[in-house]
Amino acid sequence: MTRLSGGLIDRSRSLNFTFDGRKLAGHPGDTLASALLANDVRLMGRSFKYHRPRGLIAAGSEEPNALVELRGGARQEPNTRATVAELFDGLDARSQNRIGSLRFDLLGVNDLLSPFFAAGFYYKTFMWPKAFWEKLYEPAIRRAAGLGSLSMQADPDPYDKGFLHCDLLVIGGGAAGLAAAQAAARSGARVILADEDFRLGGRLLAETHLLDDAPAAGWVSGVEEELASLPNLRIMRRTTVFGAFDHGIYGAVERVADHLPEPGDKPRQTLWRITAKRAILAAGAVERHIPFANNDRPGIMLAGAMRAFANRWAVSPAARVAIFTNNDDGHRTAIDLAAKGVDIAGVIDSRDNVTTMGSYPIFAGGVVSDAKGRLGLTKIEVTQNGRSQWIECGALGVSGGWNPNLHLASHHRGRPVWDEALQSFVPAKDGPPGLIVAGAANGQGSTAAALRSGAEAAVQALGELGITGALPDLPQAEDVVSKPHALWHVPGKGRAWVDFQNDVTVKDIKLAHQENMRPVEHLKRWTTLGMATDQGKTANVTALAIMSELTGKPIPETGTTIFRPPYSGVSLSVLGGGNTAGHFRPRRLTPTHHWAEAQGAVFVEVGPWMRAQYFPRPGETHWRQTVDREVLATREGVGICDVTTLGKVDVQGADAGEFLNRLYCNGMKTLKTGMVRYGLMLREDGIAWDDGTCARLAEDHYVVTTTTAQAGPVYRHMEFARQCLWPEMDVQLISTTDAWAQVSVAGPNARRLLERIVDEGVDISNEAFPFMACKGLTICGGLRARLFRISFSGELAYEVAVPTRYGNALMQRLIEIGADLGATPYGTEALGALRIEKGHAAGNELNGQTSPQMLGMGRMVSTKKDSIGAVMSRREGLAADTRRLVGLQPVDSAQPVLAGMHLFTDSAAQNTETDQGWITSACYSPHVGSAIGLGFLARGDERMGEVITGANPLDQQQVALRVVSPHFVDPDGGRLRD
Amino acid sequence: MLIPHPLLGLRDAQEFTYLGDARLIDRPDGMAEGAEAAFAEYVYLRDNPAGVHRELWFHEQGDRSWLIVTRDTVTHEILGAELARNVALAANGGEA
Repeated sequence: MTRLSGGLIDRSRSLNFTFDGRKLAGHPGDTLASALLANDVRLMGRSFKYHRPRGLIAAGSEEPNALVELRGGARQEPNTRATVAELFDGLDARSQNRIGSLRFDLLGVNDLLSPFFAAGFYYKTFMWPKAFWEKLYEPAIRRAAGLGSLSMQADPDPYDKGFLHCDLLVIGGGAAGLAAAQAAARSGARVILADEDFRLGGRLLAETHLLDDAPAAGWVSGVEEELASLPNLRIMRRTTVFGAFDHGIYGAVERVADHLPEPGDKPRQTLWRITAKRAILAAGAVERHIPFANNDRPGIMLAGAMRAFANRWAVSPAARVAIFTNNDDGHRTAIDLAAKGVDIAGVIDSRDNVTTMGSYPIFAGGVVSDAKGRLGLTKIEVTQNGRSQWIECGALGVSGGWNPNLHLASHHRGRPVWDEALQSFVPAKDGPPGLIVAGAANGQGSTAAALRSGAEAAVQALGELGITGALPDLPQAEDVVSKPHALWHVPGKGRAWVDFQNDVTVKDIKLAHQENMRPVEHLKRWTTLGMATDQGKTANVTALAIMSELTGKPIPETGTTIFRPPYSGVSLSVLGGGNTAGHFRPRRLTPTHHWAEAQGAVFVEVGPWMRAQYFPRPGETHWRQTVDREVLATREGVGICDVTTLGKVDVQGADAGEFLNRLYCNGMKTLKTGMVRYGLMLREDGIAWDDGTCARLAEDHYVVTTTTAQAGPVYRHMEFARQCLWPEMDVQLISTTDAWAQVSVAGPNARRLLERIVDEGVDISNEAFPFMACKGLTICGGLRARLFRISFSGELAYEVAVPTRYGNALMQRLIEIGADLGATPYGTEALGALRIEKGHAAGNELNGQTSPQMLGMGRMVSTKKDSIGAVMSRREGLAADTRRLVGLQPVDSAQPVLAGMHLFTDSAAQNTETDQGWITSACYSPHVGSAIGLGFLARGDERMGEVITGANPLDQQQVALRVVSPHFVDPDGGRLRD
Repeated sequence: MLIPHPLLGLRDAQEFTYLGDARLIDRPDGMAEGAEAAFAEYVYLRDNPAGVHRELWFHEQGDRSWLIVTRDTVTHEILGAELARNVALAANGGEA
């Protein structure tokens, strides 16, 4: 078929593209669908279940059949509707869901097996034997039934997210939307006009209606020009508003570069979050078809779509076409195509007493009852007054009336209501607050009514906002309301398709009815009707009407379908909006990061932070060599570690001590100024939550630390306590995690090293600055710092805090001037090994399942005061738990110890009843000379020296473990105080 | 969703962290008689109404105020928002 005359395509330029490897050409303004039709391609895909040859049905985003794969390599993109793919030079498109060629699909055999694939077949056919499901049925079904395939590579294109705000969002740029946008924009309100098409005009572009006696395209261009000149209006083409969310927030996807071979410096797509005070839904309507036997032959399409292809894109699917309609609208297709020289085989109108509106043959009171032409329509059977005849034609346009595109109006569970006169569902009044539906989406389908209702909706919406708008002078337009005759399907023997995408037939609906799957939600799940990418846009209402016929109940009583977002498919890439890989979440660097990098450190993610895990030296070939060296260097000389990531909260005020007393299970009010205390926080249910240190810098000034992972939640909890529980207290909080860099200096040489950096006159001798002391001081010649004598490793140790920007310099200085003392940087691995050797609890032990008693801190929970979690920590269930923190050491020092191993009495059966506990942390201890672990063991505190079994059933490991004190290093704590 | 912050005006719900039932501000006295029973109820029992619900939201990406937001759980309509501190002070007999 060559092109027809007219149309909104640029014939001066050609665009080359391929379909299944065939080289074809189209013009700017074409969609892939229109370009394929212009090249005589009617067969575009294979159906989901039966692999029936299929062509396109629609001209817009409701298309169920013509799903194609676009592009190649990593950009391969499945399931794009050919009707919305804008043609570009070099586009590579392929049909999908076939084995072999599109014309000869090996899985076409499924069509012969169709009796096995009837409604509910998933639930009935593949049940037995059970073991076959995973190995045989599921893989076979996945291979056979399906849509397009993924590239299995990362999407190389950038995506973006954005936020927009407006007074009025107009969804849809057809007659109603343009009139609304014009009225609103002239009032000065901030307006966004979004349309999914690449060209504004909507249905006006598909029709030959005149506006003020001139083609509608002229009026559209005029409005577009005016809108473009107004600074308060933003036009968003290629933008689908896919969902109405709470409080006037709308989700939209702008396909910024889908129409380009590659996006270049643009994002491929942008996800917009639009906050609109008011919105107008002017999304138009979708035509419905009338199922009859073999109504899925390629070439059978919606009459309105056929007209759109002829008028906008200047193509006809065949040289000779017929129309099957139950309303006046179908006749327009015959008139328009005839005017462009297409041979009209006839209009089959189910209504009696209709006459031709042009010079084409009319079959009044007739129906199309069958069709032939497996790979492309060749003839249709017309039945009239009980007599049937075959008529040759290459394409058939079907018009069963129009369904308002009311999806967004029901996104807040608003139920559409049945309009008997229009024979369709229209939006109810209980849609999302602030949303007004106008035009064909509201059942006002004539051009004049659409223009008027759009403009009126805009004036009403702005009026609610206190903005005065005026109705613009609207052009004169046709005002014919096309009311369909209720004909929902043509009864017959053959299979008549209702839902093309899911291969659901009238028979399937009958079967669902017989099997009592009558409520609309059951019908959907039993038959798969209305599922997949098109969500039944062309099928749902028809299916409901057929079910209504079967049950004998009117349509509104049979049920209504409501819709959920998204209106049409939204890609996961754009939902990610560029938050992928390194941008998935914020990545935080410690103050010494760049220094550590220069030392060749290996980093590890700890929450949002990147921390140095260990610092390999030349010649070290295994991470354990490095970590063992760092541990020993700390125990023998001095080790230095960046601990900035610990959360820090500054607590000030007259009631600071009392406040902390209530937050921590142990007392903090009695802490002397200049001293630090370990603190354990419980959850209100009595479970240990987080630990850290409290340093009292002054009578009314504390600094507390939290674990790295809980820094945010603990601060939130502290604010909750301050504002909601004890608002009368004089206490203020601020998180200072980012303000202070903190470095741990640990080992027998720690004091000697620090003495080299503290300023003159600062005494940090053991007498002047004992274990658990703290103070503010200056170092390195006047630098403000805080010093805490606390130890996580069990060695003589300090933590030095300086303003963050000096953290890197402090680290460098300590390493440089401590060379002779053996100053060695260590990372999180050595930090872990050091604390496991010392038996300090950390995140593995504070895992949300452990009580203070289990941690050996039961007596720390003060009974003399109320604190969060104290009451519940004493409840029976927790008190009865005898598991206690112990150390574990393999009897054979060559054996491994693994975190996660479960503990059993030696030689006992191993099951949940006999389970005695588990190992929380494990490492190789250079100090002990074997692997060691910490764990919780039933009556653990009474079982020192006993040999038990650590089991790792995943690897069939059984290790004999001796129960020991958790303090592998310096159990008396002499080193700390030295 | 948008939350009408009493100090900052309409703010996007993404700036907030949700906690739950606003009754959490009525914490029992741990030193009182029968504290265990009172805490069992405080910790574990919540009403889950379909309709108007008073709940705690924390303006974590904002001014760090805890708010008590009154929300209809069926329609998500927000009927009001107050500073939790003021509500707690008033409940404790102090000045808001």
